[in-house]
Amino acid sequence: MTAPTMMAGASLWSRLGRLNPRYMVIFLITLILALGELRYAILGGYDRLGIALGTCVSVELLLTWLLRGRLANIASAIISGISLSLLIKPQSDLLWPFALGAFLTISSKYVLTFRGRHLWNPSNFAIGILVLLASHQVAILSHQWGNDLATNALIWSFGILITYRARALHVTLSYVASFLVLALVRNLFVGGPLLAEIAPITGPMYQLFIFFMVTDPRTTVSSRRGRIGVAALVALVEMGIRIAGDYQFSYLTPLYYSPPIMALFIVGPIVMVVDLRRTSAASGRGVGG
Amino acid sequence: MTSHYTLRIALRIAFVAALGAVYILGRGDQSTSHTWSETYGFRFREVSAEAGISFIHEAPDLDPSLDTIAPHVAAVGASVSISDTNADGWPDLYFTSSRFDAPNALYINQKDGSFSDDAVAAGIADVNRKGEGVSMGSVWGDFDNDGFEDLFVYTYGYPHLFRNRGDGTFQDVTKPAGLRRWMNSNTAVWFDYDRDGFLDLYVGGYFREDVDLWRLETTQIMHDSFEFASNGGKNRLYRNLGDGRFEDVTDVMQVGSTRWTLAAAAADFNGDGWADLYLGNDYGPEELFLNRGGERFDPAMGGLADDSKSGMSVSLGDTENRGRLDVFVTNISERGYLFQGNNLRLNLLEEMGQFLNVAQGAVADAGWAWGAQFGDMNNDGFADLYITNGFISQNRDRDYWYGMSKIAGATGVLFQDFQNWPPIGDASLSGYEQSRVLMNMGEGRMVDVAPAVGVTDSLDGRAVAFADLFNRGMLDAVVASQRGPALLYRNAVDPTLHWIAFHLTGTRSNRSAIGAHVVAEWGDRTQMKVIDGGMGFASQNDRRIHFGLGTFDEVERVSITWPSGHRQVIDRPAVDRLHTIEEPIP
Repeated sequence: MTAPTMMAGASLWSRLGRLNPRYMVIFLITLILALGELRYAILGGYDRLGIALGTCVSVELLLTWLLRGRLANIASAIISGISLSLLIKPQSDLLWPFALGAFLTISSKYVLTFRGRHLWNPSNFAIGILVLLASHQVAILSHQWGNDLATNALIWSFGILITYRARALHVTLSYVASFLVLALVRNLFVGGPLLAEIAPITGPMYQLFIFFMVTDPRTTVSSRRGRIGVAALVALVEMGIRIAGDYQFSYLTPLYYSPPIMALFIVGPIVMVVDLRRTSAASGRGVGG
Repeated sequence: MTSHYTLRIALRIAFVAALGAVYILGRGDQSTSHTWSETYGFRFREVSAEAGISFIHEAPDLDPSLDTIAPHVAAVGASVSISDTNADGWPDLYFTSSRFDAPNALYINQKDGSFSDDAVAAGIADVNRKGEGVSMGSVWGDFDNDGFEDLFVYTYGYPHLFRNRGDGTFQDVTKPAGLRRWMNSNTAVWFDYDRDGFLDLYVGGYFREDVDLWRLETTQIMHDSFEFASNGGKNRLYRNLGDGRFEDVTDVMQVGSTRWTLAAAAADFNGDGWADLYLGNDYGPEELFLNRGGERFDPAMGGLADDSKSGMSVSLGDTENRGRLDVFVTNISERGYLFQGNNLRLNLLEEMGQFLNVAQGAVADAGWAWGAQFGDMNNDGFADLYITNGFISQNRDRDYWYGMSKIAGATGVLFQDFQNWPPIGDASLSGYEQSRVLMNMGEGRMVDVAPAVGVTDSLDGRAVAFADLFNRGMLDAVVASQRGPALLYRNAVDPTLHWIAFHLTGTRSNRSAIGAHVVAEWGDRTQMKVIDGGMGFASQNDRRIHFGLGTFDEVERVSITWPSGHRQVIDRPAVDRLHTIEEPIP
């Protein structure tokens, strides 16, 4: 590599650091969307994307205009809309889960609040509700991604780069490290092949989860150490769900469809309330949707 | 301030309303009729015992290293094919079993409502032998045009071609025919792709050809993707040379897919007079190979390539009475985990160059669906659908779906090795599901009436085939279940409704007339059917073509397009009878 090329690279890297992290996240999730659609047709219809994205953006604009007297930055709504269209996999040609899911995603930010902060990651809340209340009709992205190592590697590379620049990589890495360690623990409990316990994190749903949901600073605690702890706690609760799944506790079945998302659904608001009670000084730049 | 407060209240009300809507809509259509209703116009009664059918499918014992996922790998092999094997005018039944030394069964129709298993005397019972492999299914076709239907048994192992001697016995001619090649197959179809008057044979590959499931040399035998796998066994096309031998023309004809094919059907989808091939592939998209004048096949997109699912059965029927063959492909649906949905693809090849998937509701979601067939079960003039389902029924309190979800989303290199799969143990996986009987109400609407019409079994159904078994002018259903008993559902149809049926014999075409397209026109309806050389999953319907006519007591016209390309028109054929038609010789 020549010196001018290296300098240009460094300059771009520096400019990326000054960019609003949400735009980088939009770039990453759009990259995932484009790759997935071009290679694997993951959307299952552009109407799904249109409804989820359109509803998220329009509800966000409408609510901020009505409630705050101004139009909000729609970056977060775009991330949410794309996340929903990628993660929700309903029966046949149903479109209502995208419309209602998108409405719940955005409106939850204005309804489910505590001391001025919303408690759930918006997409996580909507997906959790859809799984809990509508599992007859709605499933979560499981294997609609080709199971392809190269695609996964590309998304992981960009994801790590962007979460690093968004100063959220510590959350991602904490969760991943916790998942791997706890996979070993789970394996001790349930037996079977160890790789079967590690396998889930190589899947597409986890890519969306670790880069867009668990990293969302608006819905996690204020301190760096606290965020690392929360990521580990989410992985711990997920371990509990997974062990329950292996031992077939039937009354917890709705949690087994998507253990990490349901773990965050449970942990997220609890730690937010605890943190907000501890300090009312809410701060932090937003990345997630 | 007040306005702001009101807005917040309104938002909260809307939020709660949205939650309520999710709950209500998410329950789906819970209505299922459980009472007999005369309005359906038909009723099934399961009569296997009184008909003398006692066949029970046995699953294979595989290499011990496969034990952790044996119920999954050994979950196929129950099949049924229907043919008039002794040419006496009454359909007979052939069932396969899949354990070494377990016999296959040939139930000869006794013409009095009962059947007698003559497989041993016929020489087609002892097919499942150590070192040779086990049966996965069978298809009947008169490959030597001698007037008697011959039998091809596809296997995990060496397949078998049995020539029907015409005296109630069969001769294994696999070796001289050039068909003794180890394959792990789940489907085969007879069809005459080059219109030379002899039936050719297309055989699907599932596991790779170098895999011997009883003596594994590697644990890396599974698919490398749940969606776009292409590391399965190679499909093969054998051309019938007309002298008892077959030639492998797979590569020349460009139909050697390695996409884990579970089902295949052949018909002229684009109306050019040549039989095309439609494949249902596990872990991948469906494939359509268009026949280019018998010279080669071209893969056609047809809107299929991007819609990757787990195709398990390919059935052809004219769902909207348009005079076209539409395609129904079964897939997997399991609440919370996976909604692949079945495909009901309207054939719009001539108008738009593609199929249009219109499956919704009960058509799309039939659980873990396997074999399916179109047939007018109530003679009302619309093609209904019978769908078998259920994958692994073991312990009702243990479910493998969570275990499966651990690896289903993972990168392919992990689950390609079956050692990385969580052990199934005694868990069920979409077990104890109830078969679906979807009644076509017209205008594209189908309703599940299974319990109401007497179909209440929850066995792991694999194959279903239709035939008018007792020559009464109505379709009976025969079901093969994995590790379970064969079922015979005897039909009772509203006698005021009319029907017409055809038994075709080829002269220039293959004698079985497999591939003949028959179009009946009555009232304002036009319906197409094709004589199949294998259709659904691990099944084949009777060769006789049956049309329900509803209340119409007159058929204006019946057009037959023979496999040779010759077109024959019959004006105003009599209804409520079977017509025997021989292909005219010019």
